[in-house]
Amino acid sequence: MAFGAFGGTPGAAVDVDAAPARRSPVALLLLLPGLAYLALFFVVPFVSLVLTSFQAPDPIGEIGRYVTAFRWENYTEVLTKYWPHIVRSFGYALAATVIALLIGYPLAYFIGVKLRRFPLLQALALVLVIAPFFISFLLRTFAWKQILSDDGPVLSVLQALTLLPPDARITGTPVAVVFGLAYNFIPFMTLPIYASLERLDLRYVEAGADLYARPATTFFRVTLPLSMPGVVSGTLLTFIPAAGDYINASSEFLGSAETAMIGNVIEANFLRVENYPVAASLSIVLMAAILLLVAVYIRRSGTKDLV
Amino acid sequence: MNRGVRFGVGSWGLAIYAILGLVLLLTPIVYTIAFSFNDSVKSNIVWRGFTWQNWATICTVENGAVCNAFGTSILVGVVATLAATALGTAIAIALVRYRFRFRSATTLLIFLPMATPEVVLGAGLAAQFLAAGVPKGVGTIILAHTMFCISFVVVTVRARVSTLDPAIEEAGRDLYASPWQVWWRVTFPLLLPGIVAAALLSFALSFDDFIITNFNAGAASTFPKYIYTAAARGIPAQANVIATAVFLLAIALVVGSQLLSAARRKRLARMT
Repeated sequence: MAFGAFGGTPGAAVDVDAAPARRSPVALLLLLPGLAYLALFFVVPFVSLVLTSFQAPDPIGEIGRYVTAFRWENYTEVLTKYWPHIVRSFGYALAATVIALLIGYPLAYFIGVKLRRFPLLQALALVLVIAPFFISFLLRTFAWKQILSDDGPVLSVLQALTLLPPDARITGTPVAVVFGLAYNFIPFMTLPIYASLERLDLRYVEAGADLYARPATTFFRVTLPLSMPGVVSGTLLTFIPAAGDYINASSEFLGSAETAMIGNVIEANFLRVENYPVAASLSIVLMAAILLLVAVYIRRSGTKDLV
Repeated sequence: MNRGVRFGVGSWGLAIYAILGLVLLLTPIVYTIAFSFNDSVKSNIVWRGFTWQNWATICTVENGAVCNAFGTSILVGVVATLAATALGTAIAIALVRYRFRFRSATTLLIFLPMATPEVVLGAGLAAQFLAAGVPKGVGTIILAHTMFCISFVVVTVRARVSTLDPAIEEAGRDLYASPWQVWWRVTFPLLLPGIVAAALLSFALSFDDFIITNFNAGAASTFPKYIYTAAARGIPAQANVIATAVFLLAIALVVGSQLLSAARRKRLARMT
């Protein structure tokens, strides 16, 4: 599957910096259309978003109309008003990433290492991991809403076992939102980790055992460091979309007004109340925070090749 | 004996944990498929009995709204995939084969759309269309989808290009093939598996995209957008039917291609 490419494909890592020798006008011809497209529909919109984030309300007072300005206050207003949403977004995304890692890593290890001797089972397990990609993400989330709902099977069982009080709810709580986020990104976590564990040379693990390391020591000193590129890709592929998600946290799905994340505020301001400057400045805040976190994370984990 | 793969107590624990993980992944899929057979009225939340009825009425329920949204999704997916695959493949070849200035800037430009949260991409495009006075509709959805698919195509095809030995193309040139002939008779067939993988990925990403679509669709409705709007009042079972059909088709394609490549490997192994 193509997601393996994100985790660094075997041959690619070597060839990338092998500095192809040829210079040719053909290169420009090949690059130009695609890069022009990205400039027009990625860079220009970003500039547009920055400009919008500084806009001021129309002086005549018409709703939904804004004029070009340099209104820094948009940012301070957004930060003071929506800081709980910002904190919540990153908190939920972090919790979801940790849960997805705790589920995804053992799964990837099982498929990539333990099932090596059974190619058919390995292929089947991989198909099951990517299966969720083939069914609408909104319908899957909606299915969880049904399963976790007030008269759904999960809550009934937990209440029958008196593990939860009769008036307890799951949907509409942070627990449901974090669970939904973690669930939706488990495949994105599992596949890159699988891609790096699948190539893990088991002789290294054996060497650890030969040197009298306990299995846990071997895992933390040998296996885990060797699978770090996959872990880095997987956590980024989970954390970034999770922090910006607004489906799981919306009240039509697993959340409620109390679980609203930045994405929900951006959507509401852009598409419902047409307060474009607020939506735009929040988007820029989200983008800046994510880029900052990603840069720090990549530097600390020591991986450079991302594309 | 290879100690790394021996099945001990820990291994069984791991196996059970992994299987539970797979069950968790599949639970909502089973739920969605099961509810495509639910004998529901209006909202499809409580199980009321088995029926085939929903499968026959996908295009008549709600005046065909489900069916139309599905058609729009297919149209958007096909056009955006074709455009993104062409643009992205060209970039991937240039990145591997040629030396040029602004190389790191190019790589950054490819990487950034993948690292940007979808809300930001969606809101940015919507702000641009608003500023330029472009009316939102199917056209703007296609423009948006093509944009976010390009990067994924580049990453996927690039991996394939870098495994390709340039000597094979040189051989073609040595035999007096024109550049055009080398591309169509040598390079393209060798890259095809990567290009197909990239196209399938693009289509899947486009087909399931909701967030960017929601910002740039205006009144137009794709399948995910339809589901989102319907969620408040109740999603009709016919939406589950379409999702189920698409799911089964995709799984059949994946399993089929796996079996095909396994058979090819076996044949190659026999030949050598």
